[in-house]
Amino acid sequence: MSKEEIIERVVALLSEEFEVEADVITPEANIKKTLELDSLSLVDLVAAIDGEFGIKTNGQEMNQVQTFAELYDFIEKKQA
Amino acid sequence: MERRVVITGMGIYSCLGKNLDEVKQSLWDGKSGIIFDPVRKEMGFRSALTGYVDIPDLKKELSRNQRVYMPEQAKYAYVATAEALKNAGLSLDYLESHEVGLLYGNDSSAEPVVNSVDKMREKKDTTLIGSGGIFQSMNSTNTMNLSCVFKLKGINLTVSGACASGSHAIGLGSLLIKWGLQDIVVCGGSQEINPYSVCSFDGISAFSMRESDPAKASRPFDRDRDGLVPSGGGATVVIESLESAKKRGAHIIAEVIGYGFSSNGDHISVPNVDGPRRSLEMAIREAGIDKRQIGYVNAHATSTHVGDQNEAKAIAAVFDDYKPEVTSTKSQTGHEMWMAGASEVIYSTLMMHNDFIAANINFENPDEDSAKLNIPAKRIDKKFDTFLSNSFGFGGTNSTLIVTKFVE
Repeated sequence: MSKEEIIERVVALLSEEFEVEADVITPEANIKKTLELDSLSLVDLVAAIDGEFGIKTNGQEMNQVQTFAELYDFIEKKQA
Repeated sequence: MERRVVITGMGIYSCLGKNLDEVKQSLWDGKSGIIFDPVRKEMGFRSALTGYVDIPDLKKELSRNQRVYMPEQAKYAYVATAEALKNAGLSLDYLESHEVGLLYGNDSSAEPVVNSVDKMREKKDTTLIGSGGIFQSMNSTNTMNLSCVFKLKGINLTVSGACASGSHAIGLGSLLIKWGLQDIVVCGGSQEINPYSVCSFDGISAFSMRESDPAKASRPFDRDRDGLVPSGGGATVVIESLESAKKRGAHIIAEVIGYGFSSNGDHISVPNVDGPRRSLEMAIREAGIDKRQIGYVNAHATSTHVGDQNEAKAIAAVFDDYKPEVTSTKSQTGHEMWMAGASEVIYSTLMMHNDFIAANINFENPDEDSAKLNIPAKRIDKKFDTFLSNSFGFGGTNSTLIVTKFVE
C-alpha cells in the first residue's frame, strides 16, 4: 500500500470515527489533541487502526505515536 | 417531619411516541406499538413480536466521547430525561450547583456484552473491544451515563428489580425525599429492545405467538391471551420535595403519596396472589387514603396466563366491592420491563390530567378472574384524582405506587 493510500484511508477513517473535519488531520498535527483522545478513547484508535489495516498494536505502542505523520510511518512500517 | 413528594417533570420515549404529546395521543387513540420483527425469526426466536421505537440519533446533542459509552437503553433514557428535565425547568447550571439525585431502573445490557465477547473471540485481543464496551455492558450503564451527561451530584444508583425496576426507582426516590435526604431525584427506567436482550426470555415460551396480528398479540386480562410481547424505551419522572418545587417556582404535575412493596418469597417466575396483595395494601396504607379515593388502577398485567389471573385476584381482594377502572397499558405498549414502572406512572398521569382512561385494547372476553374487575375495552371519559400503579417482577418483587393530583 502506498503512503498516499495510507494517508487517504487514515484521514477518512479517523474523521469518521472521531467526528472531526478531515482537514484538521494534517501530518504535523498532534493526534490526541486533534481527535480529543484520552486514555480511554486511545483504545478506540488502536481498534480503528486494527480494523482498517489489520495491524496488531496496543495502547502502549500507540501512545508513542504523537503526530499523524508518525502514524502514517508507523502503519507503513507495520505493513512492511 | 415527613415531606411531601411531588412530580415536577416527566419525559418519555416509547413505542407509543417519542415525547409526552405523541404518547398522550396514542393512548387516546388506543394505538398499538407492536410489530413483527423478521430478524428475530431468522435468529431462531419462537415469537418475532416486539414493541418498537427507533434508536435516537444523538449526534447533535452529545459528543462522540459521550455517546460511545451509551448502549441503546441509555440513549432512550437520555432522551426521556432531557424531556423530563426541560419539563421540570431544571437547567444544566442548576443541576451542576445542587445535589440532584438519580435512581434509574435497568436490569440488563445484553447487546454490548455479546458484541464485546464476539470481538474478543474473533480477534483474541481484548483491546479491540474498544472503550465503550465496559461502560455499555454494566447494569448501571444508565446511571453512569446520565449522571455524567447531566452533571448530577446526589445519589447515583441503578435499581434492578426485574420488571418492577422503574417503579421501585420512583418509590425509593420518594422515600429519600420524604425523609429529607434529597430535595430532587431524577427517577425512571429504560429497556433495551434488541433481540439479544430477550432471546432467553423467548426461550422459556413467555411470549405471545399471535404473530399474524401483532396489534392484537398483547391482550392483558383477555381470556385468549397467550403470553407477553417484549418492548422497550425510556421513561423519566423528576420527583421533588414540595418545598423545593415551590422555591423554584416549578409547575407541580402530581404528588406521589404511596409506595408499597413486597416479595413473594415463592417461585422464581410464577407470581402469586399474596405478594402483590400485600404490596397494594401497603401502598394504600402509606398513602393514608381510603381505597375508594383511587379512581383508576394501572395494572401490571402483561398478558400472561397466570400473571394476569393472580393480579386480578389480588386487585379484587384488595378493592372488594369497590370497582375502580382497571386497565393494562401493556395492551398497547407490550411489556416495557425495566422501564414499565416508570412509563406507566407517566401514562396514568397523562390520562389523569386529560380526563380519560385509555382502552385496555384487545380485551374481548374476560376469564373467570378478570370478569370480577371493571376493565374498559374502549377508552372512557373519566375525571379521576388518584391512581394506583402496579409493577411486579421475576423473583417475586412487587412495587405499587399511588399518585394523586396536587392539592395545596
